[in-house]
Amino acid sequence: MLASTVRVTRDLDLAEECVQDAYVDALDAWTREGVPDRPGAWLTTAARHNALDALRRARTLRSKLHLLVEPEAAEMDTDTNSEPAGTDAPAYDDRLRLIFLCCHPALAVEAQVALTLRLVCGVSTPDVAKAFLVAEPTMAARITRAKKKIVTAHIPFRMPTAAELPDRLAAALAAIYLLFTTGHTAPSGAELGRTDLAVRALELARLLRDLMPDEREVTGLLALVMVNHARRSGRTAPDGRLVLLADQDRTSWDREAIAEADRLVVDAMRGGRPGRYALQAAIAALYAYAPSYAETDWPQIVRLYDALLAVWPSPVVALNRAVAVGMVEGPTAALRAVERLAETPRLAGYRYLPAIRADLLRRLNRREEAISAYREAQRLADNEAERRFLQERIVELG
Amino acid sequence: MPQYAVFMYEQETPGGAADIPPDVMAAHMALPDRIAEQGGRVSAGLAFEPTSTSTSIRADVVTDGPFIESKEAIAGIFLLEARDLDHALALAKLTPIVAGGVEVRPLFDFQVVEPS
Repeated sequence: MLASTVRVTRDLDLAEECVQDAYVDALDAWTREGVPDRPGAWLTTAARHNALDALRRARTLRSKLHLLVEPEAAEMDTDTNSEPAGTDAPAYDDRLRLIFLCCHPALAVEAQVALTLRLVCGVSTPDVAKAFLVAEPTMAARITRAKKKIVTAHIPFRMPTAAELPDRLAAALAAIYLLFTTGHTAPSGAELGRTDLAVRALELARLLRDLMPDEREVTGLLALVMVNHARRSGRTAPDGRLVLLADQDRTSWDREAIAEADRLVVDAMRGGRPGRYALQAAIAALYAYAPSYAETDWPQIVRLYDALLAVWPSPVVALNRAVAVGMVEGPTAALRAVERLAETPRLAGYRYLPAIRADLLRRLNRREEAISAYREAQRLADNEAERRFLQERIVELG
Repeated sequence: MPQYAVFMYEQETPGGAADIPPDVMAAHMALPDRIAEQGGRVSAGLAFEPTSTSTSIRADVVTDGPFIESKEAIAGIFLLEARDLDHALALAKLTPIVAGGVEVRPLFDFQVVEPS
């Protein structure tokens, strides 16, 4: 609804106001005349009317009301994304445009994520602030600054062209995934997860998949988010303690969601070299499908990590691969790989590196070294659940 | 169309403009036409002498050199008209740069450049 109102106003603040006014109008009209057959359509129409009225009122201020788009000129070169002419294009196109607007690479990543929550998901600013553990005025300022840049720099409200699409889609996928990981493992604070954010990310990934069913990485992202979310209930004990994948109660996982994610993985892997999200989802699905940790298809996981490293050469991926290598070739081989990675400057301060090293040392009965590595991991952890888990390991060894 | 300033940042070389390779110079000369071919317009352009010839004034104190010392210095600026930011960024990418980059900044609606 906001998206289709933006099309009329081309001004985000004005559009938000018009949508809010439409709700107020609805309250009044629906108590008088009853709820209409299609309340959503009623609201959208009302919001658009409000927008048109506002624009009429603002006509004298027109020069000040910057246009977000110049549809004719801007859409001339969108050859492979040709859109229906006129302003009555289907609402889903508007939502897609809104996602690409919010996730524009000219905006800072934290602003992209906040704007997407605010404008695409309709989460209130105080709730967005809470989700990211910042003060409400800070978040309000961040959102206002981003909106101001959109208007002042004329960031367009339109579909990226075919040439722009790969980069722009990557930015949108990264923003949604960041939203999910923020919700899935809150990097700070007392609770391990902030489920709300993860649920929002899942909704966004699903929406994007509905809108762009042929983009394999979109399918891959949805599968990845879905399979990780399906395992959420096993990740913490009732007292909030962190439970390792090896010790999780697999019967608590959402089997239906895992099966759906697995079907999506097959789609995402098909037809050419799979992308980063498809491969990550394939790995996560293999973990989820295994009857137990020990029975996981570790050789296949190592192969998938190799493919993932080829498309996304990240030291974090290499570290995860080392864990899988440990399951195939034993802890000595894995420790060698981890210690090589420890020299990578990009992994300095990465809390999972000493934690993984500690676990391998523990399995090799190198107690003293294991304890000191757990201590290092503990110093780097800023999440209470993780810190408690590491403390227990130290106590066990000591 | 919206207007943007494109700041060209380059690492400075001892010889200044004389050190610009001929093909880069030719690309600079051709830039307005290439931008026009893609639906934009360069409405003004300025190229600067090296920052070693620059003089700064801060609170009435006159000093030799640029206002801000940095590895890359502004070598030139041009005014760009483009449909929107995406268009402007695509056009700004055409700028020939040896070792540095460009910054694209929207113009406030205030003109001091006389139309030529």
